Amino acid sequence: MLNIVVCAKAVPDPKDACKIKIDPATKTLMRCEVPMVLNQMDKNAMEAAIRMKEQSDARISVISMGPPQAGNTVKECLALGADQGFLLSDPAFGGADAYATAYTLAKGIEKIGPFDVILCGMASSDGSTEWVGPQIATFLDIPVVTMVREIVECEKELWKVKASMGHGYRLMEVKLPAVFTVTRELNQPRTLSFSGIIKARKKEITEWGLNDLGESAESVGLKGSPTIVSDLRTQDSKREVEIIEGTREDKAEQLVQKLADAGVLA
Amino acid sequence: MPVKCSLGIDKSQAFPADLPIPGSGPELFYASRITHHASRITHHASRFTFHVSRITFHVSRFTFHVSRFTFHASERIIMEHTYGPVWVIGEQVNCQVVTVSLQLVGRARTLADELNTSVEVVLLGNHMTDEHVQPLFAAGADRIYMGNDPALELYQPELFTEMIVKLAGDRRPEIMLIGSTFMGRELAPLVAARLDTGLTAHCIDLVLDKDKILEQIIPAYGGLISIVCPEKRPQMATVSKGVFPKPDPDETRTGEIVMLDVPTGMTQRINTLEIIREEPEGVSLESAPIVVAGGAGAGDIEGWQKIEELAKILNAGLGSTRPAVDEGWIELETMIGQSGKMVSPELYIGVGLSGELQHMVGIVGAQVMVAVNNDSKAPVFEQVDYGIVDDCREFVPVLIEKIREHQEKQLTC
Repeated sequence: MLNIVVCAKAVPDPKDACKIKIDPATKTLMRCEVPMVLNQMDKNAMEAAIRMKEQSDARISVISMGPPQAGNTVKECLALGADQGFLLSDPAFGGADAYATAYTLAKGIEKIGPFDVILCGMASSDGSTEWVGPQIATFLDIPVVTMVREIVECEKELWKVKASMGHGYRLMEVKLPAVFTVTRELNQPRTLSFSGIIKARKKEITEWGLNDLGESAESVGLKGSPTIVSDLRTQDSKREVEIIEGTREDKAEQLVQKLADAGVLA
Repeated sequence: MPVKCSLGIDKSQAFPADLPIPGSGPELFYASRITHHASRITHHASRFTFHVSRITFHVSRFTFHVSRFTFHASERIIMEHTYGPVWVIGEQVNCQVVTVSLQLVGRARTLADELNTSVEVVLLGNHMTDEHVQPLFAAGADRIYMGNDPALELYQPELFTEMIVKLAGDRRPEIMLIGSTFMGRELAPLVAARLDTGLTAHCIDLVLDKDKILEQIIPAYGGLISIVCPEKRPQMATVSKGVFPKPDPDETRTGEIVMLDVPTGMTQRINTLEIIREEPEGVSLESAPIVVAGGAGAGDIEGWQKIEELAKILNAGLGSTRPAVDEGWIELETMIGQSGKMVSPELYIGVGLSGELQHMVGIVGAQVMVAVNNDSKAPVFEQVDYGIVDDCREFVPVLIEKIREHQEKQLTC
């Protein structure tokens, strides 16, 4: 049986993301005001897992680190088709950078049990570092391919995948167990089904804290993070805007004229 | 007994091994041992005193057991701090050093001069000659660690990581800069995790603070934030092409090339079979005189197609924001901003996007900037020259029509 782990992250809804502010005291993000949703590319990771399960005998475990509200994200993955859910939640995990996040997730994944394939979204919409997948791989001492856009061969222990590379791709051969971070191009994620939501009600979410992972508070969260936010500043614009008024036609005409006068309308 | 002691490296916990002993006299030996311990204690007491270049430790309250001797450190120890090299992980395509590597060497030179240290580049590939690496010297490199081997012809994640990690253990760089290329974005987190240090993604500026700590600037949440890695070394950052200017080459500069051996007997669990580079279609974003960028405001694929049409009639490069990419309207390669492309057009038109700094930092030195957004309070209107408050789905077709009329007029007269 193929043991698949999907790493899911609850992120602030990108539609409302501009409302998020930085806490001036702790210099971490205050996320509570904005609804949390499943990170877009984690949906692609989840979809990839479901398709693997449709093709062969597999078990999908989904794992997330975050505040208790992130449990909803795990629940969403269960409704999509994951078999079991794990939430790593502890005040000590707060303020983690990518390194500490990857470390904590790696410890959680080890605790779940044997794994063959670990799937992550290539990046999260809020942090955008892309580091968590590769660093989970490092902490688990297994290989990783980032930005996977196509799974070419996945029958045996040696998989072949195509990874995005700007214009073009690289073809990689990788021995399981391995981590794959996936891009949007990999698949079209399915939407939640009613029957899936019903089935998910029976599935349990296991919640683990610092003590469950057997870690010290120094190795997780803000304390376990090599990087910290040292300063916040505002960016002052050097431009003064002229709002063009009038009817739609007027506005378009004025704009074209102004751009032509400035000599930028080739 | 004031003891002056020079230490060759940063003594952060990233490299807890015994230090090489500079100098030869017994005084220096003990002093170096003591400062090693003292710095660890001071380091716990206050993280900042540890990093200033010249510090005085008052360590009268501690007793150190140094080798066979007990040293009552009631005296003052003056420690002179010297820094490890500033590193750039170079990248080449068909033996040609890529632009971002040269740009990073340019910035590394500035940082290294401030730290009074050297710039070293690690460059792995095959069939490279002295001529191929001369641009790195001309850009400011002092030393190039070159791996030239058939095994390094293609980027191999495990082999590259291993070679860089091993060399970093020997050279102990203070700073390590990596281009945000497909290779750099994978390699950087692997190297950082192996070296047990921090890594900042896609910086838009890198400066040293008053304590000579690297401030790694990224846009976030309507402002800029500075990220530091105060204790672990090296301080690592990835940077996109175009963030720093390409330095004026100084062809008189030369440096040292050190050849690297490829480790043998390493079992690689991952293998790059081939790398296919395709020619991008359409107008290149990075060199286009006009860039049209679309965001979530397009609403749906029909709305997006109107923005595409606008770009087409202007013969503009078509860029995007992350929400547009997430919606699946356009491929990731068109994303402009911190984790995407940097563009510097004469004219930039942002359509249906709010003006998040993560996107806006990707537009460098545009002559004229225009925004179309239905929300008059959108931050984008603080960052452009001309603003149109309107639903882009309605406005763009009208604008296309007016541009067409203008173009026809141009042709007839």
